[in-house]
Amino acid sequence: MTIVSPREFYGASAWRGFPGPSTRKAGRADRPARPLTPRRLGPGGQLFGPALVLVIWELASLTGLLSPRLLAAPSTAVATGYRLLVEGVLVQHFLASAERAYLGLAIGVALGLALALIAGLTRLGEATIDGLVQIKRAIPTLALIPLAILWLGIGETMKVALIVTSVLVPVYINTHAALRGIDLRYVELARTVGLSRLEFIRRVALPGALPGFFTGLRLAVTMCWTALVVLEQINTTEGIGYLMNRARDYGQTDVIVVGLVVYAALGLLSDGAVRWWERRVLSYRKVIGT
Amino acid sequence: MTTLRLEAAAPVARPAAVVLEGLSRGFGGRRILDGISLTIAAGEFVALIGRSGSGKSTLLRTLARLDDDAEREGVLHVPAQSSVLFQDARLLPWIRVLDNVMLGLRDSEARSRALKLLADVGLAGREAAWPETLSGGEKQRVALARALAHEPELLLADEPFGALDALTRLRMHALLFQLIGRYRPTVLLVTHDVDEALTLADRVLVMEEGRIALDRPVDLPHPRRPSDARYETLRRSLLAALGVFA
Repeated sequence: MTIVSPREFYGASAWRGFPGPSTRKAGRADRPARPLTPRRLGPGGQLFGPALVLVIWELASLTGLLSPRLLAAPSTAVATGYRLLVEGVLVQHFLASAERAYLGLAIGVALGLALALIAGLTRLGEATIDGLVQIKRAIPTLALIPLAILWLGIGETMKVALIVTSVLVPVYINTHAALRGIDLRYVELARTVGLSRLEFIRRVALPGALPGFFTGLRLAVTMCWTALVVLEQINTTEGIGYLMNRARDYGQTDVIVVGLVVYAALGLLSDGAVRWWERRVLSYRKVIGT
Repeated sequence: MTTLRLEAAAPVARPAAVVLEGLSRGFGGRRILDGISLTIAAGEFVALIGRSGSGKSTLLRTLARLDDDAEREGVLHVPAQSSVLFQDARLLPWIRVLDNVMLGLRDSEARSRALKLLADVGLAGREAAWPETLSGGEKQRVALARALAHEPELLLADEPFGALDALTRLRMHALLFQLIGRYRPTVLLVTHDVDEALTLADRVLVMEEGRIALDRPVDLPHPRRPSDARYETLRRSLLAALGVFA
């Protein structure tokens, strides 16, 4: 084989050599190049915004710009939170809320997953279930409260049932979409290696749908707490939502802030827990961006 | 019946592994394969080349019994046990390398066979690795081990090295040649690389517009060298059939 030099291959007139380490632009070389994209945030960098708001908020409260009747100062809220915690009030209300939320979550996730599997893996299931869940998806959970009260009363059953119906939707939608979106290349592979239908479901369809399920679960864990805020206004004397509503009646903005912080902390913690679990289960993926 | 008649007519003494007779296929009214008749002897290594859209992949997929729902006419005899090597390694990312090789195997020796094949392709010790941690060439070696673990009578390879870099491709040629020599399946290799076809195959088919335009035996001793005059003559005639030197 003859080896053709680049000059011969491209023709002498076209060939001006590779740019290489040219000396022409030496003046610019000793300055580091300005990056075109912003540099990455260090750890905890995203806390800057929240911290800034806290400082401005506290200053506004100190200077009297922000009346405690409208919003308590962060420092007051911390003190109140500590007091409620020590008195055991916060724990009692938190446990009452957590029981409702996680009972609803557990049932809702199981139900959503089961429905998604039936709809995603069978034609009859798809025909029967998918339309119904899509309709449910279009109806806000809170709009179901009047009917739910008529059917189930104003007790715990109604509250848990409504959490179940709201949590079910994201789990179903995401798991079902992942099942339907199974890579056709894997379906072909399954055929060529002679997998049975059951083996296909176990080895290909379910693991393939797992990332979708986790997306749904992450939405569900925050959603179960959201529904509670409204539900705990109805016939109850326990729960974070009840605590906040009573505080409104008494004008205790510090207690309202404490309630909000509890919700936010729970949301972040639940999401973190699901992500941790997801990372363990889906450890085969090279995780990009975390 | 048909098989027997064609076996008698075939010039080789070996029994036919694949018999196609007047095979036509169309998708949505468009004819992709147009009356193909072809006999491949057991143990024969056939390379199928052709331009994009010539129907070579469709022919391979037909033999693999994929897209069985599309229109088809004509006779198609393929061995019951066939394996497919795709262009992408197509490993399931959520199961480990050894489980990928054993995918679909149910017999009691599956595990020992899979282990041996992984060693054959030079991946002993990587059984527990996740597929995503392997390089492109390593993934394709796992795919090759998986294909052979089924002890196929027919190995269908659809541009299996097309996505690999040039050096890895050369190594894969040597590995494939060695393993084919050891396990002796009938091979149909679809490729767009004339040199790949000439390096490996006993016989080269050129496809054009759904028909076999050229059918050439490659009667050269291994290892084959491009510097060989007969190699160069064959290469030119194949390239001419592909329309490169027209």
